[in-house]
Amino acid sequence: MLELQRLTFAYAHGAPIFDGFDWQAQRGEAWAVLGPSGCGKSTLLNLLAGLAQPTAGRVLVEGQPMLRPRPHTGLIIQDYGLLPWASVRENAALGLRVRNFYGPDGVHAPRDYTPTLDVDAWLERLGLLDVAGQFPGQISGGQRQRTAIARTLALQPDLLLMDEPFSSLDALTREGLQDLTLELWAEQHLTLLIVTHAIEEAAVLGQKILLLGQPPNRVPQVIDNPGVGRPGYRESAQCQAVVRELRERLLG
Amino acid sequence: MKRRDLLLAAAGLLVVWQALAWLLDQAILPSPWAVALALGDELLNGDLLRHFLASLWRVVASTLLSIGLAAPAGLALGQSKRLDRIFAPVIYILYPIPKVVFVPVLLLFFGIGDLSKILVIFLILFFQILVLVRDQAAALRPELLRSVRSLGAGRRALFRLVYLPASLPGILTALRQSIGTAVAVLYVAELFATRLGLGYYIYFQGSTLLNYPAMYAGIVMMSLLGLSLYFLVDGLEKRLCRWRFAGG
Repeated sequence: MLELQRLTFAYAHGAPIFDGFDWQAQRGEAWAVLGPSGCGKSTLLNLLAGLAQPTAGRVLVEGQPMLRPRPHTGLIIQDYGLLPWASVRENAALGLRVRNFYGPDGVHAPRDYTPTLDVDAWLERLGLLDVAGQFPGQISGGQRQRTAIARTLALQPDLLLMDEPFSSLDALTREGLQDLTLELWAEQHLTLLIVTHAIEEAAVLGQKILLLGQPPNRVPQVIDNPGVGRPGYRESAQCQAVVRELRERLLG
Repeated sequence: MKRRDLLLAAAGLLVVWQALAWLLDQAILPSPWAVALALGDELLNGDLLRHFLASLWRVVASTLLSIGLAAPAGLALGQSKRLDRIFAPVIYILYPIPKVVFVPVLLLFFGIGDLSKILVIFLILFFQILVLVRDQAAALRPELLRSVRSLGAGRRALFRLVYLPASLPGILTALRQSIGTAVAVLYVAELFATRLGLGYYIYFQGSTLLNYPAMYAGIVMMSLLGLSLYFLVDGLEKRLCRWRFAGG
């Protein structure tokens, strides 16, 4: 589903962040990408989303090189991703409006796309119907991220990319949204890739955890974490063991 | 602002005017009632409506012209740091110059017709809108653009769904702040070399015909012109930028 082939990436006038990096993820897997700031986590996400292009090598999603954003990929970022002048309902329908704007051309929207602006089912699923008429400035951070999730899922993605989506939220809200993310991952048969700097979050959400270090990243370090998604996994000894291992690897 | 409060304030001002008219008891300050009668008469039987429409047309045309040119320019400057680096110093120098001093220059270049008057107001509004729209477009967070692009939005959809709505508050705020100045400058521009417009009407009634009630009727119409445009913009802002007034 996701593949990096000999990926090299450097920002203009900068040292390479990735250098001949190979990596792949299978359909339906839940990946967490963990590492210190500046390690290239968000860069990796931008490359997979088609928002940045590699300096050398290839980025493939479903076997296709990512030259532009792909209609079936959803991206959720930390904050500020909502239009401040649009209501929750309008924000949730924004992706659909973009698709309606271009029509089913196969580039901006899938060819089999039928224009719609109905997002109420998603607002209900995410508990947002009561605030559907309010603006992002009027609702809580957790509700804002739910809105971003609704907006993305309304496009029926098969790949969900998340860039530190819960880092500005308080602990309880964050845990609630982590659980919701796993529910939706299973329910919608998504391939999930979440970028985070929080070790616990990586251990709770990543079936597989990709560790990035100080650039340049050459060889992927992957940690298996097969218990993800089981009820109560967060509190399990297995999860705590993964947290310890991740901490040790990051430190040393 | 509540409608009731506005009506009360208007009534209060009328009372003060009436009191001053009684106290002074001179022809140069007629009572509100005398002015109201003159206003009705001048509108129905005189030329006042024609002058009003001429002024209205100049304000509306220059407003549309300013929005049409300044909003896209502001968006371009707000989006492109390079363009802004080139033009920012120019704008910095031109922005504070009181544009009303260009009235004689514009009259010399563009003659005594509508065009010179429209251009004077245009100069005032253009820079206001340009600067506010530029700042608003520059304040758009890159994260927001990134997330909308990830939804599949290309240049056209970004413009329609992000940049256009984002520049709307800038346009309306600029208009609200400068429509009063624009009408004031229109008055000055209409004093020169024209026989049409409220500025000319007021000056002519007051200084040549010494018809003071009619002069005041002209002043009332000019005030109404400014007020109604202000209310229109204010209403549009409340309606179209509802999110800015919604409590958080």
